[in-house]
Amino acid sequence: MKNQKQLFTVSIYTENNIGLLNRVSAIFQRRHINVESINTSPSEIIGVSRFTIVVYMTEEDIKKIIGQIEKQVEVIKAYYHTEENTIYQISGLFKIKSDLLFEDRQIQNIIKESNARIVTVNKEFFVLEKSGRKEELQDLYDKLNEFGIMQYTRSGRIAVTKDELKISTMLQEAFNN
Amino acid sequence: METPTILKNNESKKKPIRITGSEAVVRCLIAEGVKTIYGYPGGAIMPVYDELFKFENQIHHVLTRHEQGATHAAQGYARISGKVGVAIATSGPGATNLITGIADAQIDSTPMVCITGQVSSSLLGSDAFQETDIVGISTPVTKWNCQVTRAEDIPEAIAKAFYIAKSGRPGPVLVDITKDAQFSEFDFSYEKCIAVRSYKPVPKTNIDKVKEAAELINNAKKPFIIWGQGVILGQAEQELKEVIEKSGIPAAWTILGASAIPTSHPLNVGMLGMHGNYAPNKLTNECDVLIAIGMRFDDRVTGSLTTYAKQAKVVHFEIDSAEIDKNVKADVAVLGDAKISLQLLLPLVDKKSHNSWLQEFKDLYEIEYNKVIKPDIHPTKEGVTMGEVIKEINIQTKGEAAIVTDVGQHQMVACRYADFNVSKSNITSGGLGTMGFGLPAAIGAKMAAPEREVVSISGDGGYQMTIQELGTIFQQKVAVKVVVLNNDFLGMVRQWQQLFFDRRYASTEMTNPDFVKIAEGYYIKAKRVTKREELTAAVEEMIASKDPYFLEVCVEKEDNVFPMVPSGASISDIRLE
Repeated sequence: MKNQKQLFTVSIYTENNIGLLNRVSAIFQRRHINVESINTSPSEIIGVSRFTIVVYMTEEDIKKIIGQIEKQVEVIKAYYHTEENTIYQISGLFKIKSDLLFEDRQIQNIIKESNARIVTVNKEFFVLEKSGRKEELQDLYDKLNEFGIMQYTRSGRIAVTKDELKISTMLQEAFNN
Repeated sequence: METPTILKNNESKKKPIRITGSEAVVRCLIAEGVKTIYGYPGGAIMPVYDELFKFENQIHHVLTRHEQGATHAAQGYARISGKVGVAIATSGPGATNLITGIADAQIDSTPMVCITGQVSSSLLGSDAFQETDIVGISTPVTKWNCQVTRAEDIPEAIAKAFYIAKSGRPGPVLVDITKDAQFSEFDFSYEKCIAVRSYKPVPKTNIDKVKEAAELINNAKKPFIIWGQGVILGQAEQELKEVIEKSGIPAAWTILGASAIPTSHPLNVGMLGMHGNYAPNKLTNECDVLIAIGMRFDDRVTGSLTTYAKQAKVVHFEIDSAEIDKNVKADVAVLGDAKISLQLLLPLVDKKSHNSWLQEFKDLYEIEYNKVIKPDIHPTKEGVTMGEVIKEINIQTKGEAAIVTDVGQHQMVACRYADFNVSKSNITSGGLGTMGFGLPAAIGAKMAAPEREVVSISGDGGYQMTIQELGTIFQQKVAVKVVVLNNDFLGMVRQWQQLFFDRRYASTEMTNPDFVKIAEGYYIKAKRVTKREELTAAVEEMIASKDPYFLEVCVEKEDNVFPMVPSGASISDIRLE
């Protein structure tokens, strides 16, 4: 298992810092690792950012990479999680010709069944938003593609873990020591 | 600065003074105790140079002949003194010329602060004259870097830079300061940095891990210590010596760990790695407990990992948690500062001697001595060998000189044959293998430790990569002794071509200039030795000189360095010929 490649979700808690994204991505680049997706956002702690990175690699290598990420001065803590340990979502946007919505009943059924949300509608086009797992978005894409999609984009993964991460206590300790 | 940082004002809350960003840079350096900096002026850093001119009584700026030389000089300064080296350059080419030295300092954990000028913030990203994204370029080779675009951010950036460069596992940092930030005025006060929230430089040693380590060590039949530069950086030389002497464990060193324990110490069994000694390489694969202290299992030390110390339990004392299990899996990892960890270990190790185990090292040394060492240092052939030159210099300086080497055959020979009696005596480019490192690094070393004899030893190849620094030696009157071992070849590459590329000497033969004339052109006393019988007197004259001195020794053209672990081979397959 250790030497078998699999998907890992990497969570990195960092200070909000210009250039840190470059520093983190360079660590993957050095080892010739393709990042499947990357997302940065605020975290549950004010002033602390959270990177969510998805990579396909072996557990042995991801451990080493986590060590090198944590070594960066402005990284507070980095973790890696397997698919089983995370709850994750991605989000997709579909831009479709408005005519289709009114002309083809089937599209309305697809939208209903997929739990997609209509974000906006105007004369020319409407925009659907769907959150879920990658397979669910792919499924919706395949169904809609038969009718024609004007634009499609998908976000990087965002994930929370099943286990507690205790970042707040860690930050407290860091400044008290 | 976005990162929460704790700053501490030593001089009870001084009233701020209104000064420019450029003056602040110089005042920050003075506040950090910097006495000497190395650099090269240019457009985007001129405001800082203008202030350096005003403060020249408090801070000595050394004009090198190339920015690369400035970084290596700062490295030499740091390596011999343990203090932070400082290099300064302008934007664009000035900044990019620093990169080799920065990369070298990163891989060899050398504390260095680099300050670069940058175009004005309004021009950033516009392909302005001499604009390069030096923060982007230096990111993978710095421990930390940042760009400052406002004068009021300069003190905190520099305070953080010094703290980060020096603390924990040291490394190079770069602070890039835009020209408008240098020009604008603000209310200055300086506070040293004592903590950065997200950064924990020294893990606290876990005593339970030390106990586990001690148990393995005490139960071992054939324990073996291998130490690296972490011992020197952590000022743990005495602690290591006490552990070795109490436990009776034979100990060997990596190239950057050289000189932490005197070479002549009875338990010092020599150098590890590709051109290290025969016994420590062979017996790494015979020991039952391998105790690594402040070293990172570089591939030049381990050879093929799949056959490295597989029989042994591994104990790894290390400050940087990213090094644990990176190359060699540790059975017990003791994270923390080497000095503290070894202090905790000492009372827990049993007093022992391992005479028959130590004898195995001695037996293998005999083999190496007869096959390699004796012909190297007491040659009977006509040509002068590198080994005998090193030995002559070493004997005449009583093993107390700091030897600053470049990269290649002469470097391996110097590390093998110089007896070091004093710590921080072997200054060399280990991890990056930077040809051209030696000469400028020796300048920095001599300036940081003027009381010590500093001998720069280079090959004819590396010497010419930074030969222009003779100008710095001349202008600054740095009494460094410069030795070139000239074989008219890029010797190490030629050796590989001979052994692994069927003697196809592609671009390794050098047609060299008259090195003596070049040195004399810089008004440096110079001599050339071509015969063995001239050697002793020439070295005597060099060592006796109060001024800088250049000595070229023409050595055998096609000598090889042995022993050798061929690249990718097992250390057990170390070759004596």
